[in-house]
Amino acid sequence: MIINHPLLGPRDAAEFVIKGDASLIDRPDWQIENAAEAFHEYLFLRDNPAGEHRELWYHEQGDRSWLVVTRNTLTHEVTRVEMARDVARKARA
Amino acid sequence: MHYSALKVLWQGLTGNKGWTEVWREPDPKPEYDIVIVGGGGHGLATAYYLAKEFGELNVAVLEKGWIGSGNIGRNTTIIRSNYLLPGNQPFYEFSLTLWEGLEQDFNYNAMVSQRGIINLIHSDAQRDAYARRGNSMRISGADAVLLDRRKVREMCPFLDFENGRFPIQGGLWQPRAGTVRHDAVAWGFARGADSRGVDIIQNCEVTGFQIENGVCRGVETTRGVIRAGKVAVCVAGSSSRVMAQAGMRLPIESHVLQAFVSEGLKPVIPGVVTFGAGHFYISQSDKGGLVFGGDIDGYNSYAQRGNLPVVEDVCEGGMAIMPMIGRARLLRMWGGVMDMSMDGSPFIDRTHIDGLYFNGGWCYGGFKATPASGYCYAHLLATGRPHETAQAMRLDRFITGAAIDERGAGAQPNLH
Ligand SMILES: Cc1cc2nc3c(=O)[nH]c(=O)nc-3n(C[C@H](O)[C@H](O)[C@H](O)COP(=O)(O)OP(=O)(O)OC[C@H]3O[C@@H](n4cnc5c(N)ncnc54)[C@H](O)[C@@H]3O)c2cc1C
Repeated sequence: MIINHPLLGPRDAAEFVIKGDASLIDRPDWQIENAAEAFHEYLFLRDNPAGEHRELWYHEQGDRSWLVVTRNTLTHEVTRVEMARDVARKARA
Repeated sequence: MHYSALKVLWQGLTGNKGWTEVWREPDPKPEYDIVIVGGGGHGLATAYYLAKEFGELNVAVLEKGWIGSGNIGRNTTIIRSNYLLPGNQPFYEFSLTLWEGLEQDFNYNAMVSQRGIINLIHSDAQRDAYARRGNSMRISGADAVLLDRRKVREMCPFLDFENGRFPIQGGLWQPRAGTVRHDAVAWGFARGADSRGVDIIQNCEVTGFQIENGVCRGVETTRGVIRAGKVAVCVAGSSSRVMAQAGMRLPIESHVLQAFVSEGLKPVIPGVVTFGAGHFYISQSDKGGLVFGGDIDGYNSYAQRGNLPVVEDVCEGGMAIMPMIGRARLLRMWGGVMDMSMDGSPFIDRTHIDGLYFNGGWCYGGFKATPASGYCYAHLLATGRPHETAQAMRLDRFITGAAIDERGAGAQPNLH
């Protein structure tokens, strides 16, 4: 698989480590009332879709940036790559 | 029809004209007491033990393709009971004892071959860890022998004992472990279940559940609605897809695992050998092919095929312990979709929806579990109580804090 890094261009996926579902960016607030359930869902439950999947990849053997990669789990085709910090900032804004 | 050596001889002499079909191909009935979703090893074993041990005869197994088309026909066929934790080890030992009597029990040749497994030791810390594991195995009634370097060399002279980076310092040996002809397991359980009246329905994909007031009363399929007293899902790599139809999210990710077979060679490897400093395991099939594999690819996948970096990694693992493998040519390779759970351990449990049961999260190690998984699932379905060896395999164990994490890797499925 080739990941088209927004800053570095096309890179071999072997340079990266995958963390998992991009929803891991949205960490729940530990002070909310049902924090235990929220963290259970956040940490342990997954949509695990067959098809388009947004996921976190870390460029360990490159510039060490975190990326949000949109990839099809049925074909392994990568359709979109964003900087994770941009995604996180946009979500917060 | 009962199979025996005499029957093979007689049929051989009379032109093999008297064999009957191994299982029927019935159309689905409108309703069953228990409907099993998924005709892999676990679904077929569940049906077999339901009929044989628990007297549940009004049962159907629904399979979207043909039986044996999933992971039961794609694995590297290793069976063993060399786990550490009390939530797992007694279950896998129960499974190994079922394997030992299986062929007589279901009257089918599954080529169960207890040729042993050796987990190689490469450091002092690893020796300590394996000694502890060996003790845990023996507490559960399993067999475990700690080997020194000399003994490993006697048993496996072909390993690289001169390797400075990964010196072989010994091994943990389970003599009763081994390999089994995987397809024959599916066929044997299917035949045994069918002959007791279970309907095995192929080309029948479950597309939805009929849930009425919080109770599951049947399934929608590509061959129409089938009502059921209980619905038991065991679809391995498709777990999340199928349970999503009941509105459930699971502590599971689907990942691809690859396997490799070389050209046929004369016998060289006596049992199963695993590399302790990387991820690599190897055995030799009865046809002579070297059967080996290593890590999962690491990213979510439903594609049943992997990528080249893992192929390279697996081959490097092989070269690190037995350089002679570099002379063998690769004949075939393939991938299967694994239901990787958040702690690397499986689930055999009821769900919060009455009448709906779930069996999954087998990761890359569910083949060895096939008989016990079927037995324990059947026990739960028939008696309403978990089998004593499967009590820890609960769906809510992450919220209760009772994870069964053999690796100690945390909620990161691709590290288990
Ligand atoms: C390469 C590889 C190597 C492995 N090596 C080993 C090993 O050495 N030792 C070991 O113990 N384990 C091993 N495993 C793991 C083991 O094969 C699996 O854990 C086990 O087979 C899973 O259970 P099963 O047999 O029921 O799964 P499967 O055979 O996959 O059965 C699930 C069935 O459900 C069906 N299904 C899916 N969705 C639907 C639907 N909607 N409706 C109806 N049916 C449906 C599928 O078609 C499939 O037939 C390996 C796996 C792979 C891929």
